[in-house]
Amino acid sequence: MTGVAIPLDHVLLLAATLFLIGLTGVLVRRNVIFMLMSLEIMLNACGLAFVVAGARWAEADGQIMYMLVLSLAAAEAALALGLILQMERRFRNLDIDALSELRG
Amino acid sequence: MSLIAWVPALPLIGFLILFLTEGRLGRVPVAIVGAGSVGVAALLTFAVIAEFAGGEEAVYVYTLWQWIDVGGFAPAIRLYVDGLALVMTGVITGVGFLIHLYATGYMWAEAGYSRFFAYMNLFVFAMLMLVLGDNLLVLYLGWEGVGLCSYLLIGFFHEEAENGYAARKAFVVTRVGDTAMALGLFLLFRELGSLEIQAVLDGARSAWPEGSSLNTAIALLLLGGAVGKSAQVPLQTWLPDAMAGPTPVSALIHAATMVTAGVYLIARTHDLFLLSDTAQMAVAVVGLVTLFVAACSAMTQRDLKRILAYSTMSQIGYMFFALGVGAWSAGIFHLMTHAFFKALLFLSAGSVILALHHEQDVFKMGGLRKALPVPFACMLAGSAALAALPLTSGFYSKDLILLASFEEAGVGPLFWAVASAAALLTAIYTTRMVFLVFFGETRTEPHGHDTWNMTAPLLVLVLLSIGGGWFGLDAVSGVLPDGGLEGGTHASWLVWATAAVPIIGVGLGYTLYGRGAIGEPKRLDGSGLGRFLLNGWNFDELYDAIFVRPFVWLANACRNEPLDGLYNFVVSLSRWGHAAFAHTQTGQLRWYATTMGLGIAVVLLLAVVVL
Repeated sequence: MTGVAIPLDHVLLLAATLFLIGLTGVLVRRNVIFMLMSLEIMLNACGLAFVVAGARWAEADGQIMYMLVLSLAAAEAALALGLILQMERRFRNLDIDALSELRG
Repeated sequence: MSLIAWVPALPLIGFLILFLTEGRLGRVPVAIVGAGSVGVAALLTFAVIAEFAGGEEAVYVYTLWQWIDVGGFAPAIRLYVDGLALVMTGVITGVGFLIHLYATGYMWAEAGYSRFFAYMNLFVFAMLMLVLGDNLLVLYLGWEGVGLCSYLLIGFFHEEAENGYAARKAFVVTRVGDTAMALGLFLLFRELGSLEIQAVLDGARSAWPEGSSLNTAIALLLLGGAVGKSAQVPLQTWLPDAMAGPTPVSALIHAATMVTAGVYLIARTHDLFLLSDTAQMAVAVVGLVTLFVAACSAMTQRDLKRILAYSTMSQIGYMFFALGVGAWSAGIFHLMTHAFFKALLFLSAGSVILALHHEQDVFKMGGLRKALPVPFACMLAGSAALAALPLTSGFYSKDLILLASFEEAGVGPLFWAVASAAALLTAIYTTRMVFLVFFGETRTEPHGHDTWNMTAPLLVLVLLSIGGGWFGLDAVSGVLPDGGLEGGTHASWLVWATAAVPIIGVGLGYTLYGRGAIGEPKRLDGSGLGRFLLNGWNFDELYDAIFVRPFVWLANACRNEPLDGLYNFVVSLSRWGHAAFAHTQTGQLRWYATTMGLGIAVVLLLAVVVL
């Protein structure tokens, strides 16, 4: 392991920035596909934080968690895309605000 | 003697057959089952009576099975057969069968033929359990059973709301008395540890001195039950309204049998009353007041059946009066003769009413003696017995009561005078009834005529009404404390005066009503006294003012119950909270995500700040 070590704070800041960008995307976009993409960004931000933390304490747990997050993201994408297809078929629309029938 | 068990069993079987077939049987099978079961029971009763009269034993006990056995309380379903029970059983099954036979014709055109006979059979069963049970609990079972059947049969024509009202009234008013009676039974059981009648009477004699207040209380509570069931003052108001039921029901339940259950109860528990002068005097006074009040009311009634209802109250008053003055056997004797002639009067009134298409107003009748000769003759015989004309059955029994009342210490002459005055009234209103219905001009044309099954019971009852008193009543001499009907000797002027009272009454009645009721309807409506008597001394209005209206007022006041406000506040609070939170549920995913994110941020911030 040679070269300049990137300080931990910087990487965590990057992860936090990515998470916030993703969260903002989820909250402001109305198109479901974009929301899904923003969700992926958030997941990856979490993954980054795990990996960095694993490297910091020289433990394998961080990478294992990242792999779990990765498979979760894959499964989630598969399910979500299926749901989006159904949504497109049923409502001819990908606007998430159109799906607000379950209100009190 | 073991045949006695079949006597109550047969009507029960008849009831079960009619009840379980739910009206699918034709009219002829229903009539055969309904009247036949009681008829066979009557034959069995006569066989038992013959055997009993020929045997040596005074009492025969027949245990059917153990009912309950818990903690020393072990009432059995056991029949207790003695002279008193047999007299009652004979009246119930004998007169009951005649009325059932009559009803097969009378009810022929009515809907619910099978239902009618099912109720009637159930009634006969319950009444037999009442008189045959050796245990006050079995007696109470029969007591409530006859009350139920009375309710069902008064409201038999249930399409009309007022019949249902009359039925409910009868049920509720008698319930007042039944509650008193139940309390009396509880007290008896607490004090003596048993409800078996003979054990109770023995226990009472040995445990309590004469005049003990506990015994008086129990006797008065039992008297309360008897007063309710037998329609005596002050619980008499249900009986005139009970005439809403079919006429055979009035004859069987509200004249011959059920309403005399109170007399039977007092005669059966006579030792309790013998121990307490207060209670026995109360019985006499209740009877005396009722016989007079009801006789006055019967003078002015317009409805043929209500005349008979008031006269029934009055005659049962005589029975209570007899028990109260110690003429126990005469009371039971009058019970029997009254069952004969009052059943006859009701049934012949039923024939008249049927021929006039259910017209019951006596002022719209008249001149029917030629068109309806058989009911006329029957009504004449029944009326003679009711008025207690010499040689009829009613004369023998009522005469004994009046003579015995004169011997009552202290108040004897007063008792005799009031009871004789009522006997005079009885003769007058009976004459009035006969003249209004059968003499004078014809106001309503009769149609149709009775079939044999209606005429035959009438003729048998005529024989019983006239001759039912000729042979006395020896059967109860061993059971009741006065030892039979021979009540001692009386001054000859008293005997003649008592016998002359009904004849004078009939003479007065003829003078008053012999030329029909000229102007009487108007006179009745116009005079305050007439209306007062017509409404049965305004007891209904009195009870309305004392009990019904305050209760309705209270119920109305409680309708918007103030306490409910507390619970309603909790309800509206949670409703409001629900509405507030339901508002946040917009169905918009992004709104949920935003609030969730904010929530997490707040929690994290708190965690950082606090820790």
